[in-house]
Amino acid sequence: MVEVKTADQLNKKFLRDGMWPTIFCNGCGHGVVLEYTLWALEELGWDMDKTVFASGIGCSSRMPGYINADGLHTTHGRAIAFATGIKAANPDLNLIIFTGDGDCAGIGGNHFIHAARRNMDMTVIMINNFIYGMTGGQLAPTAPLGSIATTAPYGNIEPPFDICNLAKALGANYVARWTVTHPYQPIKSVKDALSKKGFSLVEFLAPCPTAFGRRNKLGDIKKHWEWYDNNTILIEDYERIMNYGTEKEKEEVKDMFPIGVFQDLNNPGFFERYEKLVDRVMGGSPKTPVKAKAVVQK
Amino acid sequence: MVYKRDPKKIREVLGNKVQFLLGDMACVYGGLLAGVSFFGGYPITPASEVAEGMARMLPRVGGTYIQMEDEIGSIAAVIGAAWGGAKSMTATSGPGFSLMMENYGFAVMTETPCVIVNVQRTGPSTGQPTLGAQGDMMQARYGTHGDLEALAFAPSTVQECLDLTIEAFNLSEKYRNPVCVMTDGEMGHLRERIVIPDEKDLKLINRVEATISKNKYIPFTNSQTVKGSKVPDFPTFGIGYHTYVTGLTHNEKGFPATDKQKDHERLVKRITEKITDDADKLVKVEKFNLDDADTVFVTYGASARPAETAMEIARSKGKKVGLLTLKIVWPFPEKIVAKLAKQVDKIIVPEMNLGQIYHPVREAACGNCEVEVAPKIGGEMHLPVELLKYLGVK
Ligand SMILES: Cc1ncc(C[n+]2csc(CCOP(=O)(O)OP(=O)(O)O)c2C)c(N)n1
Ligand code: SF4
Ligand SMILES: [Mg+2]
Repeated sequence: MVEVKTADQLNKKFLRDGMWPTIFCNGCGHGVVLEYTLWALEELGWDMDKTVFASGIGCSSRMPGYINADGLHTTHGRAIAFATGIKAANPDLNLIIFTGDGDCAGIGGNHFIHAARRNMDMTVIMINNFIYGMTGGQLAPTAPLGSIATTAPYGNIEPPFDICNLAKALGANYVARWTVTHPYQPIKSVKDALSKKGFSLVEFLAPCPTAFGRRNKLGDIKKHWEWYDNNTILIEDYERIMNYGTEKEKEEVKDMFPIGVFQDLNNPGFFERYEKLVDRVMGGSPKTPVKAKAVVQK
Repeated sequence: MVYKRDPKKIREVLGNKVQFLLGDMACVYGGLLAGVSFFGGYPITPASEVAEGMARMLPRVGGTYIQMEDEIGSIAAVIGAAWGGAKSMTATSGPGFSLMMENYGFAVMTETPCVIVNVQRTGPSTGQPTLGAQGDMMQARYGTHGDLEALAFAPSTVQECLDLTIEAFNLSEKYRNPVCVMTDGEMGHLRERIVIPDEKDLKLINRVEATISKNKYIPFTNSQTVKGSKVPDFPTFGIGYHTYVTGLTHNEKGFPATDKQKDHERLVKRITEKITDDADKLVKVEKFNLDDADTVFVTYGASARPAETAMEIARSKGKKVGLLTLKIVWPFPEKIVAKLAKQVDKIIVPEMNLGQIYHPVREAACGNCEVEVAPKIGGEMHLPVELLKYLGVK
């Protein structure tokens, strides 16, 4: 096996023949997330025969098509539920879900919530471009207040969804948010997420120049990408300022997106608990099944 | 750990060979005997007993039961499990069946074997949750968007709930298509004597797994193993075929072909023809007193029970009445009904709806005899006397 050092070598190793070029527009952030994920997989040395990708519908959800591995491109918002079944049928498989902000936080919100609550063993990579890219720029549940979408022509009046804090509150084992503009922390973060048992989420803030940047006057592609650096702050800094900063400092950062690792736990994943249950009930005689002893835990 | 069907374990968990059993539980038994290893469900009357039975029994045979967040998630997980290598199943009733429609179509388009039990209750909407009906028969056929062929069974005894659930798995594995078991609140909550078939009498079909070398493998085309079969070999996830499975129109390699007329036509024709080509083999009906009949009931599911009684009463009064009970409703046994229409004066279609299967019956009869629907709604079964009126018997 040749050592992978360049992006070309990486692509050769991981991408599916015959699917190139991608559907992504110039300046789209999705391709970068794909590359970061592939670098993480390369560093982990995972067996691609045992790695399955699932996705919903959207530009971001096209990702599994490009990767030379088993991939299930499902219905809008439902990938996490499909992946739950794949994992149940074969817990030896590693499940990676690519999803968009509309796919995951909009139509698929319920599946996301419950998979996080179950600590379902899978990694969700949600690409948040604040917009429904594929369908031409309609309002997403993550759209910043005041932003313009084709279906919010006078500016968005709905407070946006913070999917990382939601996952954190639900007890997901690993939660992080990054932008696509820096490679190193995100690649490490994806690696950490993939290595976790239970539910892990990495959210990427990614530009969609076509459907979001253009309409919101974020400038050309270069300027649009810079917007992500100028509007994000490391979560440690954000929390320090919000707790101990001056009013002026707070004012400066309050509308920025905190990025970094939001949660890092090692609680048992769903299948660890399920396997214990199976051991317990299969151990008893089939004629007299184990009596459930109710132990209500908080 | 990947599930391996263990007949001894299954039979230990199911218990005695002869039992007095609830219809919903008979679907559980059928599933377990067929080798189901994943059930994803969401509670709904009158189908909840299927989920409850699975929650009790599946872990004890080493399978996985998960109560999903809704029916959309249930069927999604069931389809995912099939790709992970499992025989998988869900059970629901009208409102949940409606929620499943989008992913039901996804299962058709991606050629995913799975079984959906629909214990029908009255509708539209929430209707009468505890009461039986047959209002979803057309939904099983036409409820999801696009062109497809449906496979659906309709049991009319508790024993058939068991047997036909096994058959449903067999057809889903054989044709790589979702299969519906259309029971109803009456069947689901009826208790009857059942006999668990012996292992040696069970005929189980398993999907043809892809075995051809990876560089020759074509995922969405005629079988590369079984000559003449339009059903592709199944590349279970995790065995190295690296298949891309999408609900978008795809070419034979599985790649999106969203703007190609030819690819769409080829794909949809193959996934419908794999079923229509076998339409004659897929007939499963029961015939009573058809030879000399001038009037026949054509019916299915719970409605076959009062129809049978009505037929017997009418016969005892000298009327030449017959009964044709459909066990597989989709594909519709068109040829049989067409032939019958040429022989009899009248076909009566008792249904617990305002007339659904009545329509394909009329289409097949093609004006060769009179066809009348005998509808009953509101959560009650037909009384035999009500059906006798259609025969002019007092
Ligand atoms: C049930 C259903 N509703 C609506 C659509 C149309 N649709 C396709 S993609 C999409 C939005 C995707 O947005 P997002 O997940 O943010 O992905 P992006 O394209 O921005 O990466 C919608 C609404 C659909 N395919 N299915
Ligand atoms: S529409 Fe937006 S999200 Fe979709 S490919 Fe283009 S830039 Fe990317
Ligand atoms: Mg988006």
